[in-house]
Amino acid sequence: MLFDMIRDPGALVLAAIIVAALSGLPALLLREGPLGQQISAAGAFVSSLLALPSLCYLLLQGGAAASSYTLNWNLPFGPCEIALDPLSLFFLIPIFVVFPAGSLYALGYWPAATRRTSAYSVTFFYGLLSAAMALVVVARNGALFMVAWEMMALSGYFLLVAEHGEEEVRSAGIVYLVASHLGAAALLALFSGLRIATGGFGFPAPGALQLTQGGATLLFCAALIGFGSKAGIMPLHIWLPSAHANAPSHVSALLSGVMLKLGIYGILRVLTFFPEHPLWWGGLLTALGLTSALMGICIASAQKDIKRLLAYSSIENLGIITAGIGVFLIGQGTGNARLAYLGLAGALFHILNHALFKPLMFFGAGSVMHATGTRELDRMGGLATRMPWTSLLALAGSVAICGLPPFNGFASEMLLYLGFFGEALAPEPYLALGAPVLALVGGIAVICFVKLYGITFLGAPRSEGAAHGHEAPFSMLAPMALLAALCLTGGLFPQLFLALVNPALQGILPVGFVPAALPIPPLWFAAAGGSIMVLSLSIFLVLRGKGRTLPSGSGPTWGCGYLRPAASMQYTASSFGAFFGSLATPLIRFRIKADAISGVAPAAARLGYLPEETVLHRLVLPAVNLAGIACAFVMRIQHGLMQVYILYIFVTLLLLMLWVH
Amino acid sequence: MTDMLLHVVLVLAMPPLLLGVIGKTKAAFAGRVGAPFLQPYYDLGRLMRKGVVFSDTTTWLFRAGPVITLAATLLAAFLVPLGRHAAPISFEGDMILFAYLFALGRFFTTVAALDTGSSFEGMGAAREVTFSCLAEPTLFFALITLTRLSGTMSLTTMLRHVTLSVWFATGASLLLLLAGLFVVLLAENCRIPFDDPNTHLELTMIHEVMVLDHSGPYFGCILYGAALKLYLLGAVFVNVAIPFALGNSYLDWLLFACSMLALAVAIGVVESVMARLRLIRVPQLLVAALILTAFSLVLVVR
Repeated sequence: MLFDMIRDPGALVLAAIIVAALSGLPALLLREGPLGQQISAAGAFVSSLLALPSLCYLLLQGGAAASSYTLNWNLPFGPCEIALDPLSLFFLIPIFVVFPAGSLYALGYWPAATRRTSAYSVTFFYGLLSAAMALVVVARNGALFMVAWEMMALSGYFLLVAEHGEEEVRSAGIVYLVASHLGAAALLALFSGLRIATGGFGFPAPGALQLTQGGATLLFCAALIGFGSKAGIMPLHIWLPSAHANAPSHVSALLSGVMLKLGIYGILRVLTFFPEHPLWWGGLLTALGLTSALMGICIASAQKDIKRLLAYSSIENLGIITAGIGVFLIGQGTGNARLAYLGLAGALFHILNHALFKPLMFFGAGSVMHATGTRELDRMGGLATRMPWTSLLALAGSVAICGLPPFNGFASEMLLYLGFFGEALAPEPYLALGAPVLALVGGIAVICFVKLYGITFLGAPRSEGAAHGHEAPFSMLAPMALLAALCLTGGLFPQLFLALVNPALQGILPVGFVPAALPIPPLWFAAAGGSIMVLSLSIFLVLRGKGRTLPSGSGPTWGCGYLRPAASMQYTASSFGAFFGSLATPLIRFRIKADAISGVAPAAARLGYLPEETVLHRLVLPAVNLAGIACAFVMRIQHGLMQVYILYIFVTLLLLMLWVH
Repeated sequence: MTDMLLHVVLVLAMPPLLLGVIGKTKAAFAGRVGAPFLQPYYDLGRLMRKGVVFSDTTTWLFRAGPVITLAATLLAAFLVPLGRHAAPISFEGDMILFAYLFALGRFFTTVAALDTGSSFEGMGAAREVTFSCLAEPTLFFALITLTRLSGTMSLTTMLRHVTLSVWFATGASLLLLLAGLFVVLLAENCRIPFDDPNTHLELTMIHEVMVLDHSGPYFGCILYGAALKLYLLGAVFVNVAIPFALGNSYLDWLLFACSMLALAVAIGVVESVMARLRLIRVPQLLVAALILTAFSLVLVVR
């Protein structure tokens, strides 16, 4: 039997999920010393080694060997089906790439030796979160899906509040929990609707859901709210920045690199149920996606907290992905095979890419925080000399995340650009307007990441912590190096990544929509990227050869005649972003807190400022507060007495049974 | 083959001449004799023989900045058709690579500027990235209009498509597009009214202040790269503005070279008759250019 199991790659994937779920146990049991955490990390690697080859094999098989397993549980939700179709396989890949990388990273970043009170729980929930995410992707039953979804949300919560001693972390955790459950409520509505429509909790077969227009619209909206809030699509993103900023960095990497994508998975999965998609769904998704991308990156440019900046950049990237899906729906609706293919391929490719460079950037941010003890960009600087390897790898991540050649971000954005440009030839070229928007987003992304990289790693140290930073250990550098290498590979040889994307496309796109070849031969990516590198290297060698014969000297930076320049005079992250911020005032404002200065000899005063999102603080939060006041009466039955809560459950059950009979 | 050789020779040798012509034009307006036309070449030659001084604050990125920027610009030089001649490299979507190569160069120029730890260079870097991110959508609008006009998605074909008959048919749209492109050309290359390459106050500079600390051959790379960028964006402009073909390949090359020089004179005239804009006015002009090119698209769609 074991032999049969090994021969079935699908079973190997399921085994990997179980190994991932259990991988945290050693750390939970062996709390003394580093051994438990190390065994757990090894477990993460084993699960990934089991899963990744099988996933790639199954995908490259074209997904024809899609396997499904049924578990007959004795619960009233019907048989619990688990299936591995190409779409699921594709979304499993980021999980099993980021999970072992993060586990390895945690050995140096969150070691049991210095984080005695939280390391074991973080390690345990890290494995559980990964397994829950994998279960979400393979579940084919609404009830099982919700169970996995809740497991994911709750383990995410426990990871996020690892440093629960801090007020900021606790409030971020509560916002996350509330937003996550509001989303889950929308999903409950979705699955109940599906139950009414199909008579069971099992997912309908692709294209098998026949509904009236109104019913389809309702289900789509429920899915959009439920999954969109997980994906952080504006304005459902309120939980995202503070959650990602306050979680430990390897957790942020998993949340941002993988968990957000499950929102996209959910939207795609629900879309496959419907035999046809009204055109306005595509329009709505495209508009939401592009707005989200633009607003997300504008707000990112004003941030002075390194992880908050990365979190807003996740909103941008998820926006681009959502826009890609919208473009696909429009292409499908209008029978435009090229557009549909480019939109969906661009979106899925970007999912893979974002799952590589965003964890890379969060790891980089984690190493920087580890070395300097702060998240404030304004207190960093000059780390490139003290952390040469981290700074090199973070540079690769920054270039990739801006979508610049020769890295992978460029390749996936190129597909979307080609889709938008192709629309310029259509009779009604509205979609072509996406190209300038994407270009603007790309331009602002350059502002954000020049700022993040330049202020963190370059210049002179702006604080004591930055001046005494130290290089990260091997266990933190290795996962970053792996991710950076994958980013470069994806940029030079996009066909390798597209080979994994294409089978997933075939499950979603109508027959005949997947073209035999890309509109742009993938060789050009290798040629362009290769020539940039070869040209740079040769110019560099020529200049270095010249430098040997010419006199060279060194001195202080030219201070324009000022004789005593100081590190505190440097441009800071806030000043770097202020100019663009002054153009984006409708989206972002600075709240300035200053102590009053009075008297002839005033005492020391402090000045603080915080970038604030206008939409959030002027629109969303007041609305939430109003809702809070309106629901004040609920607080009376929420008193924290466990026994009474159990009574509530009992009474509810009783009433429900009476109602049913 | 000859065409490709001529392309390489022109692209490598001619850019500094444009700077010389601009300088001479400005001198003529000011009633001076001015530096010789070949002065930028002498400057480059001198820089290549000079020693280098590095700031103690800098890292390897300070050296990599000019190098990668020049490499990216050189690669972009192979994507632009010069006059009526095809570019050596062209494929579907090459205009996106063209735009992104400049973005790559910008990334590394600004990062190198931040590497010095000088507040002036940080200031220049912040301005550069902000202005460029506003200029980028203008370029993309222009490319979309050209894509729609020509029905193709490659720089060579879309620029060669613009002929006299196309001008007669859609002149208004092309005029708006040219206006937008000219603004992008001036803004991206830091010419007046956006930036004054000859100003003497670091506080008011954009591009020049970012490269204050570079010296010797590295500074030469920057100067040459900047000239090349002017040449390439100028070539895109000229390809749209001068829709004639003389029929003879060599005459066409000559026509292209002359029109590039004419463009340099035009830039010189603009620089002589206009004052620099106040910094906060610059984004307004860039957005105006963006809307102009958006109008050019609307006129084509109609």
